[in-house]
Amino acid sequence: MSDSTEITTTAEPAIVLDSVSKSFVTGGRIVRALDNISARIRSGVVTGLIGPDAAGKTTLMRLIAGLLVPDAGRIVALGIDVAREPLRVQGALGYMPQRFGLYEDLTVQENLDLYADLHAVALVERPARYAELLKMTGLGPFTRRLAGRLSGGMKQKLGLACTLVGSPRLLLLDEPTVGVDPVSRRELWAIVYNLVENRGTSVLLSTAYLDEAERCADVLLMHEGRTLGQGAPGTFTRRVAGRSFRVFAPDVGKRALQKRLATAPGVTDAIIQGANVRIVTDKAAPPDPRELLADMPHAEITAVAPRFEDSFVSLLKAPGAAIAAAVAAAVPREAPARKAPGDGEMIVVRNLSRRFGDFYAVRDVSFSVRRGEVFGLLGANGAGKSTTFRMLCGLLPASEGTLRVAGEDLRHAAARARANIGYMAQKFSLYAELSVLRNLRFFAAAYGLRAARQRERIEWALSEFELKPFANARSADLPLGYKQRLALAAALMHEPEIIFLDEPTSGVDPLGRRDFWRRINALAESGVTVMVTTHFMEEAEYCDRLVIMAQGRILAEGTSEEMKARVRSAEIPDPSMEDAFVALIQNNLANGAQAA
Amino acid sequence: MIRTVAMRFGGLLRKESLQILRDPSSIAIAFVMPVFLLFIFGYGVSLDAKRVPLAIVVEQPNRDTQSFAGAFAQSQYFVPIHFRNVRQAEAAMKRRRVAGIVWMRANFSRELLAAGVAPIAVIVNGVDANNARIVEGYLQSVWANWLTSYARDRGAPITLPVQVEQRVWFNPAVRSRDYLVPGLIAVIMTLTGALLTAMVVAREWERGTMEALMVTPASIHEIMLSKLVPYFVLGMGGMALSVAMALWLFGVPLHGSLWVLMGASALFLMAALGMGLLVSTFARNQFVAGQVAIIVTFLPAFMLSGFIFDIRNMPAPIRTITYLVAARYFVAILQSVFLAGNVWSIFIPNAIALLLIAGFFLGLARMLARKRLD
Amino acid sequence: MWRRILALTIKELLAVLQDPKSRFVLVGPPIIQLLVFGYAASFDLKQVPFAVYNQDASQPSRDLVARFAGSPTFREVAAIHSDAEATALIDPGKVLMVLRIDPRFTRDLLSGRPGPVQIIVDGRNSNTALIVLGYASTIITDFSLGWIAEHGGQDPPALLDVRSWFNPNLDSRWFIVPGIVALLTQVVTLVLTALSVAREREAGTFDQLLVTPMSPLEIVIGKSLPGMLIGMMEASFIIAAAVLWFHIPLRGGLLPLFIGLGLFLLSMIGAGLMISSLSVTQQQALLGAFLFMVPSVILSGFATPIANMPPLIQDLTYVNPMRYFLIVVRGIFLEGSSARSLLPQLWPMAVIGVVTLAAAGYLFRRRLY
Repeated sequence: MSDSTEITTTAEPAIVLDSVSKSFVTGGRIVRALDNISARIRSGVVTGLIGPDAAGKTTLMRLIAGLLVPDAGRIVALGIDVAREPLRVQGALGYMPQRFGLYEDLTVQENLDLYADLHAVALVERPARYAELLKMTGLGPFTRRLAGRLSGGMKQKLGLACTLVGSPRLLLLDEPTVGVDPVSRRELWAIVYNLVENRGTSVLLSTAYLDEAERCADVLLMHEGRTLGQGAPGTFTRRVAGRSFRVFAPDVGKRALQKRLATAPGVTDAIIQGANVRIVTDKAAPPDPRELLADMPHAEITAVAPRFEDSFVSLLKAPGAAIAAAVAAAVPREAPARKAPGDGEMIVVRNLSRRFGDFYAVRDVSFSVRRGEVFGLLGANGAGKSTTFRMLCGLLPASEGTLRVAGEDLRHAAARARANIGYMAQKFSLYAELSVLRNLRFFAAAYGLRAARQRERIEWALSEFELKPFANARSADLPLGYKQRLALAAALMHEPEIIFLDEPTSGVDPLGRRDFWRRINALAESGVTVMVTTHFMEEAEYCDRLVIMAQGRILAEGTSEEMKARVRSAEIPDPSMEDAFVALIQNNLANGAQAA
Repeated sequence: MIRTVAMRFGGLLRKESLQILRDPSSIAIAFVMPVFLLFIFGYGVSLDAKRVPLAIVVEQPNRDTQSFAGAFAQSQYFVPIHFRNVRQAEAAMKRRRVAGIVWMRANFSRELLAAGVAPIAVIVNGVDANNARIVEGYLQSVWANWLTSYARDRGAPITLPVQVEQRVWFNPAVRSRDYLVPGLIAVIMTLTGALLTAMVVAREWERGTMEALMVTPASIHEIMLSKLVPYFVLGMGGMALSVAMALWLFGVPLHGSLWVLMGASALFLMAALGMGLLVSTFARNQFVAGQVAIIVTFLPAFMLSGFIFDIRNMPAPIRTITYLVAARYFVAILQSVFLAGNVWSIFIPNAIALLLIAGFFLGLARMLARKRLD
Repeated sequence: MWRRILALTIKELLAVLQDPKSRFVLVGPPIIQLLVFGYAASFDLKQVPFAVYNQDASQPSRDLVARFAGSPTFREVAAIHSDAEATALIDPGKVLMVLRIDPRFTRDLLSGRPGPVQIIVDGRNSNTALIVLGYASTIITDFSLGWIAEHGGQDPPALLDVRSWFNPNLDSRWFIVPGIVALLTQVVTLVLTALSVAREREAGTFDQLLVTPMSPLEIVIGKSLPGMLIGMMEASFIIAAAVLWFHIPLRGGLLPLFIGLGLFLLSMIGAGLMISSLSVTQQQALLGAFLFMVPSVILSGFATPIANMPPLIQDLTYVNPMRYFLIVVRGIFLEGSSARSLLPQLWPMAVIGVVTLAAAGYLFRRRLY
């Protein structure tokens, strides 16, 4: 490459999108995946393509990579018309699809060789290139390992290395950080920054994690196939500057406080953060926060720095107050407190272990959960949280230790214990081909509800979760947020005392997530015990208490405040939950290395 | 330019071969499945009735009846079981103890003396019509042999005016295994060729590696060709294994040349691979690919190729459909090469048909394959 | 308990009937297979092409040829004059048989010596060859007897008077079509039940089902009933088609037939659920069903008699439910067998069904990870 071309590429945008539209036909309906998108992606920086699931991020990536042809509009990448010369574009860019595009039955080295061959990298250049990539990704010691045997984070780095083998000038990364723990996420970002700085690569990276927006130089915000805006992340957060506050009220429970603030006029957003409630006020008529809390003399209110998510939520709510109203209306009506919150221990786990052959997936885990508590289970992939979860639900027998759920020993009275629990699986797992009503009817009957009671509960579920208009729709055709509501409704048919939620909000947009948590909070208020696993660090803040697991053991147990306090230092005066998580995991690794 | 193409193609080929070597399911379909199917069919499917249990009812034993009953005892086809009366024999047939009854009535010898002809009543269980017919044929030949020896013993002139000499060409022992096992090779190669290829491409879609592959400078020709070559080699390997088993395990003779066999197999494999690739252009998960491949390639190869059921016996509409089934041409070549030899008048037209079908499917697969996701 | 089972049964039925793919599995293959097997799977020969190599141009030899040409089984396509021509016709499969009449035929016949006739058959398909030989020798024997009747001579000391019970015309369709009842019922119920648990496992709904208070017994019953119902309907359809479309005589009672069918379905559902509970994905389930079905059909006596198999393999067929049901269904259709006489076939299917269902129920909870 001569110098002159480099100058031209830095001068003109890396990608130009000119009124791009794309529709798909699924299930007889036309879905507009992209609706008239125009944007310029800058050269030599990281641009974040940010939006919840089904925003159209992957479709846009595939269009740029020449894997799809737009229905209308034009895409120019690196000065080449993509629709006209896809092979030339593909020769110049690197693209990492969602599952990294690795051959799991080939070794790390063989994967690299394949992509080097495909990009026709000269044999003489290879040793130096490999050495550089392996150093960058830290995969040097694992070149002979099969890609399928790598951890999620390592796979992701190998995927990146493979796309980088051909020295692309433009890098497209489709949700590279999904399903990867915070530690690996940070490492990936370090590699991307390094590329941009040292090679001047242009990077377009899509993500559903809103907090990652702040790491990008430029952000293209997408929602339901449209762009909501483009600019540096600062321009987004500046719009909500001075509107974010932290409220602490010792007299009122945090959930009651959150509920009250969420419905208060002039409050756009209210979420629980540890012992506090974080609010974002309305732009048009910002209320005086003090007035909101006039009747709570001990309430403390502090202004906090705005976050990217604040601006996203306010952007989504701004165009139609209708959405806000709908969300507000979705707050459960006063649920009757069936069981008074008490100190009864609903889940007791003592020295629980689970072995698969010689390998301990869970080792010597103990904790207990009280009635009405929201209890979180956090950990990286493979930390053992799913295994623990499955044992608690009675889906997997324990190898050692005792498990008491709702007062029943799972070994002896599994069926009776199961009658007291509700379970919502990670991905949508109701009968997709059946209608909403049929699903509800089936689960009501499966939990043994009789005629009148069954009708009553189904009626409750349909109205409570606003599923009435969809009662006869096929569950598979529901929008994601409604699927999740249906799953929760099915799990609550028999009014269980404990509800298990396995990563309940993955893929749901921030508004849907808030809606969901409002319901969960109301349940907890009424005395239902909630056990939840999550990848979203901010959701850990919603929990009363939580445990962090790594390598099958519990690393820490306590409230989110306590966890954050542990890592507070001069460098990080106000640590986030993610900071706390990363620090804990790294300490653990360091200790492990010392011990070995 | 040539060098970069060669490098890309070499890389793809190496990747494909490594995957085959490491994936137990490819090896299973290519080598374990043939052995499994050959065993099941080689031993399980036989149309040769041997040691058929036969009820013999002799109401009044004498020299003639004894010599006739004795003829059955000597035959390798029958195991005679004697019954006192026909009622008992019929009861045994209803209980499926015997497959037929030979009933010599009390008037056997009397009639033989009086009119010279004594009827022997033979009853066969016709439920399995094919088997019944074969048993009937065996009975006829036992009877004919007996007549000859009867006449010789008495020095009487030969009793039937026409003397038939039966000659079965190509398979003088009339062993059904000798025609089933070669036909089975076509079915097995359909499995490796079409099913395996369709599933392997679908697997790339499922795991998202196809998407990554498509964003590289490799052209769609290179990607498709890199699938064809290794699976062609694998299919020929499976074929060689099947032929080896046919020759040495099942003792099927090979009268034609190995080269003709190889050539025909190569042509058929191209057709099968073409079908597999065609299926994979629209079936993007292994489940659908597997089902479609079984329905459109395996079942026709099984039912409509003439491998078990003679195409000549089928009604005209179904016979017309069989012309579209590549396996039918291959089965015709296989049965001839193994049992008859290099019959060019069979080989050439069938080979041309295979060539056309292979060209059609490969061409169509190429036309439909796009380096795009929609 | 029954309420929950009913709910599961209704859900299963709806899930199958509302999914276009499963609906196709229920309707498509049965009709295709019924047509293909009903028409294509036949061992009967009609219009066998043959060539005549008549070296004896006289009336008796022409009479013999006329008997062949006049039979519906044979069709004369060529008259040839040398051995080389015979090879040229048989090798490419243009004719299946050559009837060669020796030049001495008429002379010998008239002088009381046996007239030599040679029948050459293409043995590449040994089954076809055997049947052609059988037909040919019947025609020649008839000719011989006719000759004796007309011209006098020594009658043979004994004649075979062959009759076949249950299927007087030896129509192989009578044999194959009742077998299809067993074959299709097996394919449909096995695939349906094999996929039922695997599909739920793949979709994650099986976990959802297991966290309800349902017991494994309830799940087994709830998953079996739809297979039983659909299997019964499929089988009834094929039985009706066999009687009304293919005109196969149904000589026995419907009650014993359906008792046998119920037990066969029980064993098939057991096998299907066992495959299903062992597999994690639908693909594995389908492969498992395929690996079960191929030997089960081959070693059942569906197309070829069990009696022809080696003894060791014959012993193996005793664990194959289809073996028993084929005897039941053919017995009732053609022989008019009673339930009592079929008892030795009925109880093994019941035993297989109970054992496999119990194993499936046990495996539901064991095989979760």
